[in-house]
Amino acid sequence: MSNRFLTGEELPFCKGCGHTGIAEHTEKALLSLGWSPLDVVLVSDIGCHGIVDRFFTTHTVHGLHGRSIALASGITAGLNDPSKKVVVFLGDGGATIGMQHLIDAAHNNFNMTLVIHNNFLYGMTGGQPSELTPLGFKTPTLPMGASTGGYDICELATAAGANYVVRVMGIGDFSEALSVAFSKSGLSVIEVLEVCPSYGMKANPGMKLRQVAEEAGIEVKVYADRERKAFNPLSLNSGGPLFEPSDCLPVIFSSEIDKPVQIMLAGSAGEGVQAAADFFAQAAVTAGLNVTKKGSYPVTVGVGYSASELIVSPQPIFYTGSPSPDTLIILSGDGLSFARNTASRMTKGEILIDDSLPCPEMAVPVIPIGFRTHAGPRNAAFYALFRYLDHSRIFPAEALKKVIGESKLGEKINLEKLFQLP
Amino acid sequence: MEIVKSSTALIDSSLVITESLVQAGADLFIGYPITPANLLYSYGSRRFPLFLSAPDEITTLQWMTGFAATGKLPVTATSFPGYALMLESINMAYMMELPMVIILVQRLGPATGTATCGAQGDIALLNGMISGGFAIPVMSISDSQDCWEVPAKALQMATTLRTPVILFTSKEEVMTSYSYDISQFTGISPVVRNGYSENKPYKSYQADENLIPAFLPVGNPRHQVRFTASTHDEEGNLQGTSKAGLENSIRIHRKIMQNMASYTYYELDEQKEADTLIVSFGITSRSAHEAVARLRKGGRAISHLVAKTLLPVPPVYYEIASAYKRVIFCEENYTGQYRQIMYGYSSPDNITGVNGFGKMIDPSEIIREVLKDE
Repeated sequence: MSNRFLTGEELPFCKGCGHTGIAEHTEKALLSLGWSPLDVVLVSDIGCHGIVDRFFTTHTVHGLHGRSIALASGITAGLNDPSKKVVVFLGDGGATIGMQHLIDAAHNNFNMTLVIHNNFLYGMTGGQPSELTPLGFKTPTLPMGASTGGYDICELATAAGANYVVRVMGIGDFSEALSVAFSKSGLSVIEVLEVCPSYGMKANPGMKLRQVAEEAGIEVKVYADRERKAFNPLSLNSGGPLFEPSDCLPVIFSSEIDKPVQIMLAGSAGEGVQAAADFFAQAAVTAGLNVTKKGSYPVTVGVGYSASELIVSPQPIFYTGSPSPDTLIILSGDGLSFARNTASRMTKGEILIDDSLPCPEMAVPVIPIGFRTHAGPRNAAFYALFRYLDHSRIFPAEALKKVIGESKLGEKINLEKLFQLP
Repeated sequence: MEIVKSSTALIDSSLVITESLVQAGADLFIGYPITPANLLYSYGSRRFPLFLSAPDEITTLQWMTGFAATGKLPVTATSFPGYALMLESINMAYMMELPMVIILVQRLGPATGTATCGAQGDIALLNGMISGGFAIPVMSISDSQDCWEVPAKALQMATTLRTPVILFTSKEEVMTSYSYDISQFTGISPVVRNGYSENKPYKSYQADENLIPAFLPVGNPRHQVRFTASTHDEEGNLQGTSKAGLENSIRIHRKIMQNMASYTYYELDEQKEADTLIVSFGITSRSAHEAVARLRKGGRAISHLVAKTLLPVPPVYYEIASAYKRVIFCEENYTGQYRQIMYGYSSPDNITGVNGFGKMIDPSEIIREVLKDE
């Protein structure tokens, strides 16, 4: 295979377009660095610059408008091979619509080079202004000239952490600048200033690229040249399975229930509701029962209510909803507020409620119990489930005591004292 | 006290889904957190060979596509708001014919809706998500065994057919802990990946008799590879509306349709004397199972189809349904989306639905619909 990076066909750009120079000087730079075409991946997106990929003999990937940086980030991370070179072609439109990706690529220092074709406007769609259009620069849809100057994309890339950032004038032979950018590890960014002959020139008759840059204060210089460590997607995990036989719970106890029992535990965030429900569910498994457990809590997990719905059954459980539980246990004011609708729907069963709370008028018996008085707010949920088991006998309360006792929590709680009947 | 060893562990379905995908050979998880997909993100960070946290969902899909272009099999999990951001990029991966699995954990919409409430409201979106109405495979999880088997099948399908595959689930499925018999969770082999091995010039989109192009990663030293999201010919060159370009685009749709028979999974629980068929998928299948059990216990014959391959709709579902006097679709969305996909906005009188919004469908609602004229 030829070592040329361009097919040799005439490039598809308008006469005088700077994109032609970028493509030709990219080839020259890659040749000077000794790369082979199949060691290079050219990633482009939507814009006039993007139609060039078919003229390259490298691997080519042509993606969505403004997303080429993120796409190329995945490619270079996937290759994870310094003997491969990923080059991204994008325009000023793509660079700004995909600004998050540029910042992110610089932040992560992905190993690749971005070549920003900055001709100050959107050439493919008729010459609309871009975020990089300089102050006073005219376009067909902005005949008065831009009233705000473009921002400095090189400053942004530098601030975000790119290893190498440079802006060059796309006039004459700038292949050496491209060679320098291509030879850097980590993220290198080269912004090439150019002129769109179809829209930029016509809207700004007699303009000179250097003059436009100078008047707008756009500096042609190296912004960053450092050696921060390039992104390296190291494997982080040892590969152990997420569950294994040692997670299985032995059947030690038994239960005499012959149909599903639904329990809702409703209390306050930070008071162990989810942990208590989890231990309860494990205890039910040690009693040979099928169990489902799900939690409900606001997205701000540290405040407000915390509730858990549990179903235990001697038969397999299909439907995991429990709109009307057999027993509703309310531990706090938050729990009462959350569970009030559920309580009002109940036509069977019972409600066990902390005796500090007002007893709502319900169609089912409401039994006040001093959960918090006996166990304090931190352990009220554990105590409540113990009292519930002692009361309901759906499986032995000893099962709950055992699973908690054998856990790390068991070392912190005096279960003998906690699990006492009045 | 007699101690009996058991194979039962209290775990949630996110754990099972993650383990399935890793054992099936998925290489990495890329994610941006969103409720209710956070458990998948969390387990992904612990278990996948490689894990990357992306700064947003568009980046997630772009990174995934980049990794897939280098031969890796990526996975992500999200919910509607994140999925909406991914949409254009999924179209890109589809057009580039790059494999990946996207887990869509449904929550209550519209818009940000209620993050902590389950739903099945996104199936209509998936049915039309590829511009042009092209088919993209959507697989659904309906029970514990599905949590184990379907993700691995989705990854195999993605790899073999060179396509993104959507794994469709919901909050109530992935965030509920179950007493699972984990001895059922065995037997997953890594997916088979066939690459291009010939010496003659490679064309990135030259398809075989199954309409599937052989895969080679970018960066390989043997053949030039071109991937593109724009209309292209079999070499991957931009084509506008040329015959070669349009034919290639249509091939991608036909590739999915032609090969779906090999990836059609469903469960049919039929009773010979039944005149009514319940159709369900995902979390609502649990309610439907319960309803079917209660109906039969009460002496009412009933049949039940659990759709696991949701889209494109397998033709066999129509064959099954045609044998029944009544067909009842159970789905946790307001408008009956899957029913509409199969039978249109004005479905025949014998095709009805039990729908839920903001809550799981109770088995008693299904029973009422079955018995409403009796």
